[in-house]
Amino acid sequence: MRIGALALQGDFREHLAVVRKLGAEGVEVRTPEELADLDALIIPGGESTTIGRLATIYGLIDPLRERIVAGLPVLGTCAGMIFLAAATKRYEQPQLEVLDVVVERNAFGRQVDSFEADLAVAGLADPVHAVFIRAPWIHKVGSDVDVLAAVTDPGTGEEHPVFVRQGRILATSFHPELTEDTRIHELLMEVS
Amino acid sequence: MNTTASQRGTDLVKRGLAEMLKGGVIMDVVNAEQARIAEEAGAVAVMALERVPADIRAHGGVARMADPSKVEEIIESVSIPVMAKSRIGHFVEAQVLESLGVDYIDESEVLTPVDDNHIDKWQFTVPFVCGAKDLGEALRRIGEGAAMIRTKGEPGTGNVIEAVKHMRMMNKQIRRLTVLDDNELMAAAKELRAPYTLVKEIAETGKLPVVNFAAGGIATPADAALMMQLGCDGVFVGSGIFKSGDPSVRARAIVEATTFYQDASKIAKVSRNLGEAMVGINIDTLGPEDRMQDRGL
Repeated sequence: MRIGALALQGDFREHLAVVRKLGAEGVEVRTPEELADLDALIIPGGESTTIGRLATIYGLIDPLRERIVAGLPVLGTCAGMIFLAAATKRYEQPQLEVLDVVVERNAFGRQVDSFEADLAVAGLADPVHAVFIRAPWIHKVGSDVDVLAAVTDPGTGEEHPVFVRQGRILATSFHPELTEDTRIHELLMEVS
Repeated sequence: MNTTASQRGTDLVKRGLAEMLKGGVIMDVVNAEQARIAEEAGAVAVMALERVPADIRAHGGVARMADPSKVEEIIESVSIPVMAKSRIGHFVEAQVLESLGVDYIDESEVLTPVDDNHIDKWQFTVPFVCGAKDLGEALRRIGEGAAMIRTKGEPGTGNVIEAVKHMRMMNKQIRRLTVLDDNELMAAAKELRAPYTLVKEIAETGKLPVVNFAAGGIATPADAALMMQLGCDGVFVGSGIFKSGDPSVRARAIVEATTFYQDASKIAKVSRNLGEAMVGINIDTLGPEDRMQDRGL
């Protein structure tokens, strides 16, 4: 299995290390040509505005959108979730608009509010140790989107999804690539 | 809440933010307008300052933390992380910056040091980045709790020679540790003046446990790509952008050269018609008191 990581900016090397550990071939993707022959794609953590801008300059938005709509399995983490989403609350930025959610950036606050915690995930027996770094959460979900994990906003008591699936698209607010737990990457390989 | 055992300010959370900045450019800015230009150009973070290093150099006197209203103005103007500098050893400036909500504190030799001791960075929830000229200095800073390292270079000169020296030195010293016998590691720690446990860790992993950016004197897209090819995880550009003829165009060019650092034709393309680069300073014209890199070893 050949898994690409969008390597414009961010922690793509950590993602590739996980997929290689799981026995897949991991390749860096920076150009539309490098999208060919992939069985799955990862959009890493990073700064979503930077990733979106570089993807626009290098003509990656349309090729990425076409491949994902045509069924290429994809996992987006943090900035990757934002980049996959249909829209962002408050900000205008380049997005793929393939995942039917509206995300809220920096939803938990600034870096001093970043945290790690054990998170209950639907379909997984044990909780995932999730690392949230200036993380987004999902503000609105579309009808075809399954919520696999959510957190409660202590202020309003509202639930906000932090891990969703829409067909072969997986997206997390947190960073599974920063821990030893490979279950979320395994899930991407299962849908591939 | 569907989460348990939630913890803030851990090593993973502090070092993790730096991981997300990798492959990116962090730009010095002095006001909201510059911060927006930097964000628009694709910066992964901005460094909020009262003056860029070249102006600190020209201005002389004591350089201190920026005015809180300046930092707040910049925080409110962008969605990307905002860093700010405290003086070396000035833990109260760091406390103030943390209270303002900055995302990273740079305990920086660009400002005037106040103590031979650096800040005890473990006491803070906000992460710190510190400069280093060699591996020993990097490990002392990590030992004090730094969650990210950058080369010191020679700030405000537009001359990348010192950053190159510092990066080469770190790489060489890391490589050397990996070939030493276990019996030799304590002597190596003594020689590096670095904590033994970190020396042992580097000998095993062959890399720093935190992200390492280049900083100090980067002025062109080719400078940024040079530092990336030497093995840095990303770059800080201080005076190089807003002291140049066309900051917006240069900022974009440096961002693109940092992404495509291995592609000479792309670097050539973005290097065309950038206008005037900042005027550089030759390092050997600096007196000992002008060498910021020798502060806070």
